[in-house]
Amino acid sequence: MPGFSSPQTRRTVGARLAVVAATAILPLALSSCTDNAGANASGTTDGPIQVTSTDAECKVSAAEAPSGNLTFAVKNDGAEVTEFYVLAEDGLRIVAEVENIGPGITRNLVLTAPAGKYITACKPGMKGDGIRADFTVKDSGKQATVDADLQKLVDTGVSQYAAYVKDQTEQLVAGTKEFATAYAAGDAAKAKSLYAATRMHWERIEPVAESFGDLDPKLDAREADLEPGQKWTGWHRAEKDLFPPAGYKALTAAERGALAKQLVADTAELSTRTRTVELSADKLGNGAKELLDEVARGKVTGEEEIWSHTDLWDFQANVDGARIAFENLKPVLQQKDAALAKDLDAKFSALQAELKKHAKGDGFAYYNELGKDEVQKLSSLVDALGEPLSKLTAAVVL
Amino acid sequence: MSGCPFGGDQQPPATPQPNGSEASPSETSHGENRRMSRRGLLGLAGVGGAGAVAGIAAGLLGHDTLAAVAAPPAANDSVVPFFGDRQAGITTAAQDRLHMAAFDVTTDDRAALVELLKDWTAAADAMASGQTTGATGAVDGPYDAPPEDTGEALDLDAGRLTLTFGFGPSLFEKDGKARFGLDGKRPDALIDLPHFPGDALEPGRTGGDIVVQACADDPQVAVHAIRNLARIGFGKVRVRWSQLGFGRTSSTSRAQQTPRNLFGFKDGTNNLKAEDTALLDEHVWAGAGSRTGEAWMEGGSYLVARRIRMHIEIWDRTSLREQEGLIGRTKGEGAPLSGGKEFTAPDFAIKGNDGEPLIGMESHVRLAHADQNDGVRMLRRGYNYTDGSDGLGHLDGGLFFIAFVKDPRTHYVPMQMTMAKEDVLALEYLKHTGSGLFAVPPGVKQGGFIGEGLFT
Repeated sequence: MPGFSSPQTRRTVGARLAVVAATAILPLALSSCTDNAGANASGTTDGPIQVTSTDAECKVSAAEAPSGNLTFAVKNDGAEVTEFYVLAEDGLRIVAEVENIGPGITRNLVLTAPAGKYITACKPGMKGDGIRADFTVKDSGKQATVDADLQKLVDTGVSQYAAYVKDQTEQLVAGTKEFATAYAAGDAAKAKSLYAATRMHWERIEPVAESFGDLDPKLDAREADLEPGQKWTGWHRAEKDLFPPAGYKALTAAERGALAKQLVADTAELSTRTRTVELSADKLGNGAKELLDEVARGKVTGEEEIWSHTDLWDFQANVDGARIAFENLKPVLQQKDAALAKDLDAKFSALQAELKKHAKGDGFAYYNELGKDEVQKLSSLVDALGEPLSKLTAAVVL
Repeated sequence: MSGCPFGGDQQPPATPQPNGSEASPSETSHGENRRMSRRGLLGLAGVGGAGAVAGIAAGLLGHDTLAAVAAPPAANDSVVPFFGDRQAGITTAAQDRLHMAAFDVTTDDRAALVELLKDWTAAADAMASGQTTGATGAVDGPYDAPPEDTGEALDLDAGRLTLTFGFGPSLFEKDGKARFGLDGKRPDALIDLPHFPGDALEPGRTGGDIVVQACADDPQVAVHAIRNLARIGFGKVRVRWSQLGFGRTSSTSRAQQTPRNLFGFKDGTNNLKAEDTALLDEHVWAGAGSRTGEAWMEGGSYLVARRIRMHIEIWDRTSLREQEGLIGRTKGEGAPLSGGKEFTAPDFAIKGNDGEPLIGMESHVRLAHADQNDGVRMLRRGYNYTDGSDGLGHLDGGLFFIAFVKDPRTHYVPMQMTMAKEDVLALEYLKHTGSGLFAVPPGVKQGGFIGEGLFT
């Protein structure tokens, strides 16, 4: 089989599967160095089912498979971009798909399929109904129970998260106005007290907020990230002015006023735009992971709030955002991978408990007050959570 | 050289051959008789053939002998001549290991600096030829004196060692004042690099008056080279920063397979290669410039070094879909997502069913491609690095990016600015922690010294 003959390629395929297999409900029989091309028409599939898509044909190496996790290795041998679908018996409902496979490229489609009748389809050129064939999944006796209401649970989780985003942006808009008023009026003490707490609303929904490529830098750019000639606006511009380093020249009242006005206007724009963001389970899952990445990259290192040292507020907010996304997906995850759900619950709790140790009044200790051991402890808990959290999306979507 | 392949083939111990014998003419890079050969044994092996190799005591000289057995006639293959029209270590087929060091010149004396460059020239030639430094080497000096050569590369072959020297902007002027009488000699292309978005440069990893890139197939050889140059330079120069690299991340020759970076992707597929001589003239080798003061750079190049920390743990938690999307290539084959095999040209126009290009607008391949950068190209020569852990349990590792370009103003800065602004890979997974730009003069001729054109 082209693409599966060399040890190099086999290892790659094995690695790809390993990622997915870790999230699978049923262990997938993976023997990394065995012949993956062993799939055959008799329906015994030791490795991926080979699909070869050409401009005129859609060859599937097996017509049936036992229920559980199935892997289709889809090779595009045609000249056009192709897609591969597994459709339900009605030929309409998409069970799983892999899109945008360039000519010559092989891509895996991994899905969990209960027993039943299906239809496979290659779509060279990504047009029309595709080249279809029947496919049967036989009861292996160890198939996953797929709740009929699973999609409903997903939908509920996604709409709950949308409501959360709405709530957070509303609080962000209100808080920003209050902050901006105090800051513009030169009430540094009040502005400082509002700074970290208001930013938490931003940090909780950061993946959504960041999806607006033009607004994110206007609101959240750090000085180190500026390009020559770029106008610096947003929270961190105010941060430097409120928590000035030695030798810093303060902004004038007029400059402060303009900065405050811009901050309010950009936040209002953000709020409007988030209303029409289309959310989905994978966006929630990926968003949760990204929030933890943010913590690992910027917060646990004290790089985000380089002048105010309020990194732990952001830290907490990122963890909040990730936890809410996870909680919204949890009913689905509990059905698909209960062990992962339990693991994530435990890891979130452990991180939260450690974070709580640094709580002070309504807020937290400043980052520069933390000892090296304390930072290390937080960091290792972030890693401990981040690793299983990275499996959430595939576990829910698969 | 540990490991099984040689286990069953070792020869029984025999009397070691005398060391320190005259090297055979065939071993040296230009036919001179050498006083002392670090690789006397291998020289004999090369001349005497398999019989001589078989007579060497594997037990006594394990590492070296095994190397000799592995590649019997390797004496000349392991030597890349130091002297030549161009400096070695630019288009030389990339070796596996790097040790790069940047030095600050601590003396104000021009004559002392020139003297040092002459001493370095002699030492560099000796080490590139597989020999020890100094008149008496590592073991042939007075018993009560420390050896001239530090000795850790004894018994190793030359390892294809190349030493490439370059001069930083601060050699020419500091605090607005010219140094070493080099007024007007700083090439216009040797700019101060601008701040790029996301730069988190550490002063102790940035800049430097003189850079030396040591590349070799054996890390011990590369470390030995920098160590001895630093030792020769004590009192005149001080090491400002140094970097070890392993695992070349680009190919500079079509004979080489494309290696992988620490993200697990093939790196340098579209790199300029030694065979592309016309393209090298166009994109790598510097011209005479527009002023007489910079004519000394003709035939040289500019070396850009960037220490790029990779957020490896975060990358490892990223889905394969996103990894491939960010790079714009498949992880296994290294084919562009638009299709084909590794060396198939990327098709930036081909679109998927969502109307978006298969090779994303913000993918690394697209942003770095010559088609998106006014056709300019660079010769990359980077290495993977790891410097242990960062204290938070994360690998302090990444890519030590090295590129040679004709003019950094046109061939590096615009591309890096684009990448720093738009490349999601750079924004989310990379952090630049060190930086340097150096003018690499043309090669040294026999009897000349490094940077001679600059000082005459």
